[in-house]
Amino acid sequence: MSALIELLKTKQNRLCSVFFSAGFPKLEDTATIIKELSTNGVDFIEVGLPYSDPLADGTTIQYSSAVALKNGINLDVIFEQLKSVKKENTAPLVLMGYLNQVLKFGEEKFCESCRECGIETVILPDLPMIEYENHYKALFASYGISNVFLITPQTSDERIRKIDEMTEAFIYVVASSSITGAKGGISDGQIAYFERIKAMNLKSKLIVGFGISNKETFDTACDYMNGAIIGSAFINFLDEKGVAAIPEFTKGILA
Amino acid sequence: MEPKFQPTKEGYYGQFGGAFIPELLYPNVKELEDNYLEIIYSEAFQKEYKYLLNQYVGRPTPLYLSKGLSKKYNASIYLKREDLCHTGAHKVNNTVGQILLAKHLGKKRIIAETGAGQHGVATATVCALMELECIVFMGEVDIKRQAPNVARMKMLGATVMPAKSGSRTLKDATNEAIRDWIGNPEDTYYLIGSVVGPHPYPDMVARLQAVISEEIKAQLLEQTGKENPDTVVACVGGGSNAAGAFYHYLEDTSVELIAVEAAGLGVNSGESAATSQLGEVGVIHGSKTILMQDEYGQIIEPYSISAGLDYPGVGPLHAYLYETKRATFLNATDQEALDAAYELSRVEGIIPALESAHALAALNKMDIKAGQVIVLNLSGRGDKDLETYIDNLKE
Ligand SMILES: Cc1ncc(COP(=O)(O)O)c(C=O)c1O
Repeated sequence: MSALIELLKTKQNRLCSVFFSAGFPKLEDTATIIKELSTNGVDFIEVGLPYSDPLADGTTIQYSSAVALKNGINLDVIFEQLKSVKKENTAPLVLMGYLNQVLKFGEEKFCESCRECGIETVILPDLPMIEYENHYKALFASYGISNVFLITPQTSDERIRKIDEMTEAFIYVVASSSITGAKGGISDGQIAYFERIKAMNLKSKLIVGFGISNKETFDTACDYMNGAIIGSAFINFLDEKGVAAIPEFTKGILA
Repeated sequence: MEPKFQPTKEGYYGQFGGAFIPELLYPNVKELEDNYLEIIYSEAFQKEYKYLLNQYVGRPTPLYLSKGLSKKYNASIYLKREDLCHTGAHKVNNTVGQILLAKHLGKKRIIAETGAGQHGVATATVCALMELECIVFMGEVDIKRQAPNVARMKMLGATVMPAKSGSRTLKDATNEAIRDWIGNPEDTYYLIGSVVGPHPYPDMVARLQAVISEEIKAQLLEQTGKENPDTVVACVGGGSNAAGAFYHYLEDTSVELIAVEAAGLGVNSGESAATSQLGEVGVIHGSKTILMQDEYGQIIEPYSISAGLDYPGVGPLHAYLYETKRATFLNATDQEALDAAYELSRVEGIIPALESAHALAALNKMDIKAGQVIVLNLSGRGDKDLETYIDNLKE
């Protein structure tokens, strides 16, 4: 069983995940960021694979992706970086990228590289469920990789049940109908949506992402779901204060 | 016999097509997929669509036997005059259809992407006609390059939103439109401008442009006694005018199909938009197709003098036409297109759009037999390109 699935079994609330773009702010920062987040209370980490055309991302992740690409990041470099932290026993890592990166790298080779780096979970937002079932499920399974699906306020109950069925790690609960980006607060409408999902009594763990930006939004999300993911707000923080200040960030969320 | 060039239920042409969309867009796209055929082929829709095509767009557009080109190539070269459509290009066939669909679906807010501004103008036009809010995403670079079309859109009441991400051109405008749609899933309709994007868009836009080949058939029959030409030629950016001109000939392999891409400064110059020659299988804007990309799948920005042809992908139907060799893919450089535009202006008194000029330039590269009957889709007029034409005109 994957380390992440193990973790999700033992820890049920206030699971804290942080997203960052590999190779940002500096090409060589990837490993340091992973180590810092791991030793400062983050439960699992999403490593973003910078892409030229990140359709589901707002300006912050567009920016960090563009900087990382300019720094020379690519999938070969990322897998080297991840290999280098493998022995450090960090928090479980999840890769988040776009399907075309996997296609071009080679689907099989991508899975192999994941295995070498101990990656057991991926999120590919533009890989729809039907394509996953028809073309990826068997391949991923043969490498012990589980795929994370997203649900949104518009996703029907029927579809959520189906996603729940197919989920091994967690369901990514997109907090609102929008692309990624730090937002101020959580509205009553969003809370009604969280309550609706919670009342469905799904078997999968539920982790909220998109728009979780600070202690307050993290806490609110955790009141309803098993945990939350912070992305753009962390990238903005890194951009401003740098890698060395990471403990300050995690303390701010988890204190 | 099963048609070979119609998509499957999931929107696949061979290995190309599909709907590679984030879950956030699933309900929007599903709503369209479930409804588009029924709405488009309903009596009410067809009645209104045909009326508007006839009385508003100015269809049927003429099929004109070009004396000058026919003489030059010792063949019969017909020009399908899409340049005479309202707003100056074939784009409006699609926007009239999709705006009616959006109304049937009860949408209040229309978004679109545009490169050169032709599709943006065609969308702003039908939104004015239907009194719907219109937001057009356009790359910041293109806004500077295509000032007259920006002014036209504003005059028509549209809001032009600069796309400031990435390379700030057509693909980025498309990204921004999709991001907007993600954020507005209920009241907003995304009116795509070519046979690209997730299923059902490629099929839907092809069906709305199919009126071009429907008319060609009837007009050729009337003028020559035969409804099939030997060859149909069209330029390809995303591929909508070519899809329309090819549509009713796709299954009939006795008709040769020629698709012409923009080679920019030359196919291998590093400044080109000849996707079929430079691309590999990939996913862009929700569709699996042939895509210009680097070794890590990052999308490469294409180049052409013509802002309507510099798309890094191509519609999935065209990727399939290329792979199966049902269509022959040629290309023309900036200079070849300019020369062809100057030539048509002088011999026929028709100033073509730069995009269409690429199709004209390909005549020079074809092995034309005596008496061959060729229909060339003249997709648009050159008003929008006058500045480029004037700048490049050697005294
Ligand atoms: C006149 C004209 N022809 C062709 C095109 C290319 O688009 P498509 O390949 O979808 O026909 C454009 C796009 O702006 C255009 O304005």
